Formats: sequence, structure tokens, C-alpha cells
Amino acid sequence: MKDETLNLILTEKNNRNTIIVATDIISGEQLIISENNDSEINNKILLAAKNNIMHGKSEVLEIDSKKWFINISLPPLRLITIGAVHIAQPLAEIATISGYEVTIIDPRAAFANNQRFPDIKIMNDWPEEAINNIGIDNRTAVVTLTHDPKLDDSALNAVLKSNAFYIGSLGSKKTHNARIQRLKKSNFSDYEINRIHGPIGLDIGAKSPQEIAISIISEIISTRKKFEFNGDN
Amino acid sequence: MKQFDEILHKAALWRKNNKSVALATVVSTWGSSPRPVGSQMAISENLDIHGSVSGGCIEGSVISAAQEIMKTGVPKLLKYGVSNTEAWEVGLTCGGKVEVFVEKIGDND
Repeated sequence: MKDETLNLILTEKNNRNTIIVATDIISGEQLIISENNDSEINNKILLAAKNNIMHGKSEVLEIDSKKWFINISLPPLRLITIGAVHIAQPLAEIATISGYEVTIIDPRAAFANNQRFPDIKIMNDWPEEAINNIGIDNRTAVVTLTHDPKLDDSALNAVLKSNAFYIGSLGSKKTHNARIQRLKKSNFSDYEINRIHGPIGLDIGAKSPQEIAISIISEIISTRKKFEFNGDN
Repeated sequence: MKQFDEILHKAALWRKNNKSVALATVVSTWGSSPRPVGSQMAISENLDIHGSVSGGCIEGSVISAAQEIMKTGVPKLLKYGVSNTEAWEVGLTCGGKVEVFVEKIGDND
């Protein structure tokens, strides 16, 4: 692999772009596959790897009696957290370790700042506005942690109609039932409301903020794996 | 800023410090192999290691191949599995099979 190729892969990944690298596993010849490249071999590989690209599945393919390893790097998974509360601190850490790009949204700059969340992207905007600016895709999980309907519902307004693969809201059964009633009044459908995991997290008896963070990330991972198992990416 | 590919990021840092670097990538698996296709491990000439290509069963063998590949610049496809004659030395205890492509990073220097 050329230094140039390595640096290009890193740049594309950090810009949340999908990158496809084809490697001849016998000779080591390497190509970046792109729809903007019009070479014959590029187009042959694009065609042969159509299904792989659609499903994000890396694989060795035989093309013109050469064995090409088609390595498809999808953009990193994302976790968007509404509320820079105590639980958000261990959650941001464990989600980062698990490979998620974490963004914290909270208009209260006293809570949401890089002193409390080193190296984490912070947005001090109103949740609905911030979420609409980010743009939610099916590689994004969203959790609301504030307990404050003004903030949590603002986020849910933007998220319930999105493609987020996971939506979770912190709160007891009672809090969650109240949330459901409010969302119904705002004309969300049962299907949309049922997308919310609430009370949030896998039931591991979590009590401390750290334990609750682990239960939340476990539920996100479990939801993600089921999603991928169904052939989505 | 956080890097989204720690392994390649490490490899790029080593290259910036003018180290020889090899990259091992799992390209095929059969049966119950521990790490999925696309898993990577970067190895520097100082034997700094980042990432993995198995649960630890074949890394030793991959690293010694990588040292050779760093010198010659010639990539190699390594095959591991129970049916392999090498299985007695380095095989996958889980009974799976795996192919690992190892290449040098950097223009031949």
C-alpha cells in the first residue's frame, strides 16, 4: 500500500465517506474504486462488487482470473446524545471505545463543554435544530437523557421520522408513559412512538451512571447487530 | 480530534517517523474464525503492534512474515486452518480457516 493510499483512506474515513479499496491478493496491486474513475478495471470491479457495495460486505472476488480483495469501509457509526448529564460522561467514553463517533447536544453550556467531555463533539444548540443540521442516517443512534420534556421531546420531534437505527429515552416507566401521551397529542403514530426504547437499556439491573451507560451501549450494539444480520448496513 | 481508524492512523504515524510498516488484513474466513473479514493489524519495524487478525492464535506467525515483507516489499497471502500442515504449530483452535493478506506500507524505500 502506498503512503498516498493510506493517507487518502484516513482522510475519507474522517470525513464520513465510504471508501472502497481493491487489492490483487497475489501481486499486491491496489486501486481506489470510485464512480468518478473511468478506467476499464475500475468499472469491471464496480460492476462485479455491486452487491458488496450495497451491503457493505468486504470479500475476495475473482475478476478476469485475478483475485481482488474488495475492502469496503463504511462511515463510522454515530451516537447522538441529548443531554450532557452525568450518565452522558461514561456513555460518551464507552461508546467511543466501541467505535462510535459521539456528539453531545445540550443548549446548557455549563453542562455541555469540553472540560466535562474531553475530545467529544459538543453542540450547544436546541436539539431539534442541531439534529436537523447533523442529518440522521441509518448508521446513527440517538439517546435522550435530560428528563426534561422541553429538550427530550424537541429531539424526538426531529428523530422519530428519521432513519436512525436506534432511538432510546432515559426515564422510568411512568416518565415514559407520560412521554408517549405527549407524543400522541403531537400526532406521532404508534409505529413511530414504538421505535423508542424506553425505559432505555438492557435490563442488567444497572444503578450507577456507569452501569446505566453500559446497559445503554449494550442495547445499541444488540439493535445494530440485528439490523446488520437482516442485510442492512 | 478522534481518529476513526486507530490501526491505519497508527500505521500512518509510524510512516511519518520513517519506520518500515506492514499491514495484515483478514481477506477470507471459513467456519468459526475469531475476527471478521476486513480486520487489520499494523506492525512496525520496531515490532510495535496495533490491531489483530485472530484471537491471538496466529498473530505470532503473521508478525514474523510481516518482518520479512517489510524488507522485501513483496506482499504475501497467508493461509491458516486446521487442514493446513502448519496447523500443529500455528492453527486456529476454533477449527476455522482464515486467509491474511500482508503488505508493506510505503513506496519501496
